[in-house]
Amino acid sequence: MIEQLTVLLENEDGRLSDLARDLSEDGIDMHALFIADTADFGVARIFCDTPRRAASMLARKGYRAHVVDVLAVRMADEPGSLAALLRRLGECGRGIEYGYCFPHRDGAVGVLKVGDASIERILAQEGFSVVEAEEVYLLDE
Amino acid sequence: MYHQEEIECMSRASLEALQVDRLRWSVVHAYENVPLYKKRFDEAGIDPYRIESLNDIKRFPFIMKQDMRDAYPFGLFAVDRSRVKRIHASSGTTGQATVVGYTERDLKNWGDCFARGIAMVGGGASSTMQVSYGYGLFTGGLGAHRGGEAAGCMVVPASTGNTKRQIQLMRDFGVDILCATPSYALLIADTAIEMGYDPAKDFNVSGVILGAEPASERMRDEIRRKLGVRYCDVYGLSEIMGPGVAMECDQACGLHVAEDQFFVEIVDPDTLEPVEDGSYGELVITTLTRECSPLIRYRTRDLTRIIDEPCACGRTHRKIDRIVGRTDDMLIIRGVNVFPSQIEQVIMGCDKVAPHYRIMLSTQGGMDKAELLVETAPEFPFDEIRRLEGLRRRLESELKSNLQIAIDVKIVEPKALERSEGKSQRIVDLRETNARRAPHAPAMD
Repeated sequence: MIEQLTVLLENEDGRLSDLARDLSEDGIDMHALFIADTADFGVARIFCDTPRRAASMLARKGYRAHVVDVLAVRMADEPGSLAALLRRLGECGRGIEYGYCFPHRDGAVGVLKVGDASIERILAQEGFSVVEAEEVYLLDE
Repeated sequence: MYHQEEIECMSRASLEALQVDRLRWSVVHAYENVPLYKKRFDEAGIDPYRIESLNDIKRFPFIMKQDMRDAYPFGLFAVDRSRVKRIHASSGTTGQATVVGYTERDLKNWGDCFARGIAMVGGGASSTMQVSYGYGLFTGGLGAHRGGEAAGCMVVPASTGNTKRQIQLMRDFGVDILCATPSYALLIADTAIEMGYDPAKDFNVSGVILGAEPASERMRDEIRRKLGVRYCDVYGLSEIMGPGVAMECDQACGLHVAEDQFFVEIVDPDTLEPVEDGSYGELVITTLTRECSPLIRYRTRDLTRIIDEPCACGRTHRKIDRIVGRTDDMLIIRGVNVFPSQIEQVIMGCDKVAPHYRIMLSTQGGMDKAELLVETAPEFPFDEIRRLEGLRRRLESELKSNLQIAIDVKIVEPKALERSEGKSQRIVDLRETNARRAPHAPAMD
């Protein structure tokens, strides 16, 4: 599992801009950013260097910010790779809360919020290429 | 354990017969001895000598705090000066003070009312009771003191202040029962802990009788836990008597009104019509035995409801719920009376939100729109939008069932609700026609 920084934002002008500024002021390097939005609020999900430091820094500045464990799997950038991964999860009876994908090096990374971390070991044993944290971001000490 | 079992547990029929008898006396006593009552009853065309049932009280006019101010200092006394044994007065910080007098019998009745609460926390003649309410014109200190004497306790008149010395007294004297305001009781507990004690174990104290200011359920629990005590919530107001008008038994679900001494009604603060038992409204009290300062239909401005159900403690006197607010705080939203404290109860009852909130009122399409802004608790897993939506729906449905009107819930970032040391601005009313104040509500205190 890898650590994702999650930040609650009100759906108001300037909030994402404030967040980006506040992260940059502390020298946090973002590698990926995804936003889920509703009419009232949005949830920003971020891969960045030192996510724990980023979360505590944001909390001090008055944000609701958490570090959340998510499953990340490397896939070939071709038709059917995501379908195969999701089919396998379904066969194991594991639902997902949300997911997203982003290109990474030659292929792609699929990120999935799963309820139970044990699925990671099962997938690794079956030959899926599970991503280690250090491949994506700089770890907290 | 009861202080006056024959009164506290008497059958409803006997109690109501007693109330009618005493109501007849009280109304005539007021009419014959206080010019203001004579004038008011005559103007309203009411014959005070014809009371057939408790229902007849509803024909009488109300009396309010302003009437007492206007009568300053002794204009409402119904007995000769030679029979008045004590004076108490409310603070005059927001206007003229109100003065209340007590005959010897008034003081005795007061002591008995308060002593009932002492028995509710298990106290009696063998108890040592420390009174850490202020002594003086304020009714708290001397009222509790008289109650302690009526119960036969050894009373420690500590008054307020010098908290470390209070703790020393509690420890050295083996105090069983502490009377104070909730915030002072908590300060005593916290100071004792800072001094290295565990008051729940190291102190003898087993009961507290706390009142004179509101306390949230969390605060009550904290006091119970830190001091290791049974908690009796005491209600009273200086205009009526002082602490002891109603006291909470061990069942902790409402305060038994001393119905042999007071007749209580709940009215809609807007229409002044009685509401059904169980509905919230303004508490109106008629004194049944007070000799010096009788009050007929006194509007307390306190908001509560009557809990008319048998109590497992055996007492038959009806209960009032904890005071949820003051009519001064009442909001009218789409024609419905709403008290901020009702909203607060929902928030405090949900551990998934932080105790900070704001109520935003605006006009939308000519209608009132109410929105509640809350933060999630720091540990709430907001990463999953489904949970955030679930939390919002749950709060909305609880608000709807508590308040009878729909309030939109908006989950906001912590910084949106700024903190302040004092009262933060909980209510922002941006409605076009400001209908906050009830048309019949009297002037502010």
